[in-house]
Amino acid sequence: MEAVKGEARVLLGAPATRFSYLRDREEWLGPLMLGPAILYIILVVGFPFFLALYYSVSDITLGSRSLGFVGLKNFTSVIQTTKFKTSLQNTFVFAIVSQILVLVLGNVLALALQKDFRGKWLVRLLILLPWVAPISLGTIGWLWIVDSIYSVINWTLRALGIFGPKTWPIWLGVPHLAMGTVITVQVWRLLPLATVIILAGLSSIPRDIHDAAAMDGAGFWRHYFQVTMPLLLPVSMVALLFGLVFTFTDMTVIYVLTRGGPYDTTQVLASLAFFTGVAGGDLAEGAAISLFLFPLLLAAAIGFLRIARRSEVV
Amino acid sequence: MATLYRMKRWLADGAHFGIVAAFTTFAAFPFYWMLITTFKRTTDLMNRTHNPFLFHEPPTLEHVRVLFYDTLYGRWLANTALVGVLVVAITLVLAVPAGYALARLTGRWGERLGIGIFLTYLVPPTLLFIPLFRVVVGLNLQDTLWSLVLVYPSFTVPFSTWLLMGFFKAIPSDLEDAAMIDGYSRLGAFAKIVMPISIAGILTVVIFSFTLVMQEFVYALTFISPASQYTVSVGVPTFLVHGDVYFWGSLMAGCFIASVPIAIVYNFFVDRFIAGFTVGAVK
Repeated sequence: MEAVKGEARVLLGAPATRFSYLRDREEWLGPLMLGPAILYIILVVGFPFFLALYYSVSDITLGSRSLGFVGLKNFTSVIQTTKFKTSLQNTFVFAIVSQILVLVLGNVLALALQKDFRGKWLVRLLILLPWVAPISLGTIGWLWIVDSIYSVINWTLRALGIFGPKTWPIWLGVPHLAMGTVITVQVWRLLPLATVIILAGLSSIPRDIHDAAAMDGAGFWRHYFQVTMPLLLPVSMVALLFGLVFTFTDMTVIYVLTRGGPYDTTQVLASLAFFTGVAGGDLAEGAAISLFLFPLLLAAAIGFLRIARRSEVV
Repeated sequence: MATLYRMKRWLADGAHFGIVAAFTTFAAFPFYWMLITTFKRTTDLMNRTHNPFLFHEPPTLEHVRVLFYDTLYGRWLANTALVGVLVVAITLVLAVPAGYALARLTGRWGERLGIGIFLTYLVPPTLLFIPLFRVVVGLNLQDTLWSLVLVYPSFTVPFSTWLLMGFFKAIPSDLEDAAMIDGYSRLGAFAKIVMPISIAGILTVVIFSFTLVMQEFVYALTFISPASQYTVSVGVPTFLVHGDVYFWGSLMAGCFIASVPIAIVYNFFVDRFIAGFTVGAVK
């Protein structure tokens, strides 16, 4: 093929300079075009990652220039603090509860949106808003909605008579309520992504499978649980993996709503790493805390690889 | 029998409408609330006997005026736009050739390398911000927008490369083969034949990268401290919140203005992003 192209060029009388020769050498061109991107990723993702590993076994702080090796001291001292233990527990509660809700609600919403109805484009736009709008700004909207004095939720529930005259919950001031609020906002933010991913999966199921199930007399529930849901499994896994990664490693919602409070009851590993490493200046301990997120990322990466490989075979 | 069927049908339609309405309200209510709050007078907002859904005093543009004249909001918007444009440019320069190379030139390795690059998108800021903070300080870039320009492509390039790889793969390679037989080099065929018909894919990457820049919070919060150098997503939550007194009207105006327009543009490209997100699990 290469030879044919070269010959064609000679026949057409195009100038065969050394540069054009290089431009045709695809075994060089490929790495040349790919190189800059890979180099950049190595420098700005790979290098800092190894730096993080190194910091976690050093005594580096923001102020000092010392970089002494201290072994696993940071990890052992971090693990013993109650702050870390509650943060670890909170991270799991926050991520797992919110992602179960996202998965269930995402399936319900995707099924509802699969049907055609008037104004569907507008509904889709509105439902996508929380995902597209900058997270920190959307979360400020919630901060106003759950305000301790002017909460519109409390006002409405009292006006409807559901809350008595003495009930006025401080949504972000009481431990369990604060966790519930933070989870709700995280669900609000990630539900659109899961929904559109599942919707893409729904529309890729061939029409005749549904027709065959209807022909066999399957009712709505049976149809859903025995036909649709199994076919949606791979795509639901993708939605779940993204949701878990974006929840385990994110601190924006928590930083804006509670800063980890009250009494660290909504503190998660990501926000603890920020408060220790950046706000507190203890880079080494901060790096050690954030490295606890790594096993989870590894698991998610393996999950994605399996999904990608399976879809390659099919 | 017919009435029973009709009733069942009616119930199903009602349930469908109820579900869609409930979810839409949940998703959109905070933005609706921002919009209402923007135009309400502070005395109206701060009166607990007032029904918060109604205007008890005439609407006002005072909060928007305060936002643009008495705060750095305009500056933050400009900062965000500047960082966004630069990051988009860097992303295109790195990701377009890389995506093409992965789609056409690297053979069996391309697929694996592509997935490897995609996976780096999952490495979160919260794992890298501490070492990168030190690097940024070392390069003397702390408290400048350049620190963000340097670091933001780390999450736009991997996903953009992945999206573009899928996009270029969908173009029949006969097109370039024909062009090359006509005397174009591989690079020439890419620039003159493939690029023009890939405008939609490139535009997708532009929108995606720009939105990610607008959303980024952790790096900007870490690298920058002077108010004048912030982007919108960090400036509003940190500097418009004055201790315990919140200027809710201006705060909500700031959130609404920076959220909704970009969301409407993004909406046109969603299906393409999702095709990228599903890693081939959807055919």
